[in-house]
Amino acid sequence: MPIERLFIANRGEIAVRIVRAAKSLGIHTIQAHSEADADMLAVRLADEGVEIGPPPAKKSYLDIDALVAAAKSVGADAVHPGYGFLSESAAFAKAVDDAGLIFVGPASGTIERMGDKVAARQAAETAGVPVVPGSDGRVDGVDAAVAVAAEVGYPVMLKAAAGGGGKGIRIAEDEAELRKLAPQAKQEAEAAFGDGGLYVERAVMNPRHVEVQIMGDGTDAVHFFERECSLQRRRQKVWEEAPAMCLTDETRAKLCQSAADLARSVGYRGAGTVEYLFEESTGAFFFIEMNTRIQVEHPVTEMITGFDLVQEMIRVAGGAALSLTQADITMSGHAIEVRLNAENPELDFLPMPGEIAALDLPETDGVRFDHFLYEGYEIPPFYDSLLGKLIVHAPDRDAAIDKMASALKTLTIEGVPTTAALHMALAADPDVRKGAFHTRWLEPWLADGGLKSQQTGG
Amino acid sequence: MADIQAPAPGTFYHRPSPEEDPFKAKGDTVAEGDVIGLVEVMKTFVEVKAETAGTFGGYVADNESAVKAGAVLATVES
Repeated sequence: MPIERLFIANRGEIAVRIVRAAKSLGIHTIQAHSEADADMLAVRLADEGVEIGPPPAKKSYLDIDALVAAAKSVGADAVHPGYGFLSESAAFAKAVDDAGLIFVGPASGTIERMGDKVAARQAAETAGVPVVPGSDGRVDGVDAAVAVAAEVGYPVMLKAAAGGGGKGIRIAEDEAELRKLAPQAKQEAEAAFGDGGLYVERAVMNPRHVEVQIMGDGTDAVHFFERECSLQRRRQKVWEEAPAMCLTDETRAKLCQSAADLARSVGYRGAGTVEYLFEESTGAFFFIEMNTRIQVEHPVTEMITGFDLVQEMIRVAGGAALSLTQADITMSGHAIEVRLNAENPELDFLPMPGEIAALDLPETDGVRFDHFLYEGYEIPPFYDSLLGKLIVHAPDRDAAIDKMASALKTLTIEGVPTTAALHMALAADPDVRKGAFHTRWLEPWLADGGLKSQQTGG
Repeated sequence: MADIQAPAPGTFYHRPSPEEDPFKAKGDTVAEGDVIGLVEVMKTFVEVKAETAGTFGGYVADNESAVKAGAVLATVES
């Protein structure tokens, strides 16, 4: 049954995005909000607003009972979880389902399966998606580690089986080094976790983060090509592009096909992203995980393909079959998105909420700004610092970078600090221009004064 | 006596984590740069540091209370 009354269980820019998409489909929109968010743009744009709890997210946007009760009380027939918060909570999807409402996303069982590292890796392998080759579970002793390494190829990474946080991780270039490092890694793992068990897997050197947008209707699934999000700070993406310039057409075809195959094999419904590590030196790609939600960076995909992903995920949630086939989806040009956060890059990205004193947005063809701001809006301190996403689309990557630089110059947001200076410095950086970066490029660049050298160099 | 002010608006915490003791107790020695609390702003925890050395005079703002930027959080007696 097509959705008629959609409850939006999120906030910020993605809530605005969802309200707009739903309205363009003729759907009545009901925006959930905490006590601190009564003034937010999505509440003003939606047909109705409903308060769900106090400002802290755990008492509002993360409170499953409060959200489901509110959705029922306003007579909603569907719930859109957005990204973050409860978007990948199988328990929330199930609670919505149990209340007789539609969850705009995959079935709770799919969320659970893809959210479990081991189960997701198995699902990927079953669908023929390459995973990082390594030991099947823990290895016992140095000789066993050497045997696995010989099979998967050097360099290999040694990881603490009980681990996390980088403790006990070693990279060995060859057998001699592995024989030397394995005992050290074991000792460190024992000290840190009381468990000296190790995993051995092929090390992916200077990996680039490439991800494929997919959409499924529970039966069929298609891909919308890939994005590259290698520029990250503290594991947060800051600059995203589509397509990924590092892929050959042949690799792109294989990578995107593998993502669609995985989505189809798990009976995926809704929008999702399959994330990979890409190793440029060998052209190999490996599955990392699947995100079972719409992602922050989905607009770059919309720019190069011309499709509205949020509308499509709402349609399929309402029971419709995919409105397009793989052959309908083509890409043109190059798109870049940057995340503008209310943070001061000069003060180690200290976030600072405040009131939007002035707002002037670039209005040019091929420039889009997804945000939740208006003049006089007081940004609350309780949630993340994302103000909006500036997205540009141009015939090629060079033109897109130029367009981003000029859009950043035109954009005015006063009253709060923003990360615009970071993006201007990135747009002016020769390595970024060449696309010579990987997931561990940005932090050393910042530590080496990347921001300052660009400012003084003009 | 010197005031220690909030570096950012947000939620003020006396403790590094709920299970641990407060950073400082009244009468503790404070060195310049000592962390006396945390302010959570936009999902980021910012350390609140003493700018002068002396003796900790106590917390002024409650644990887990909402504070504005510049609000007095604690005092140090020199």
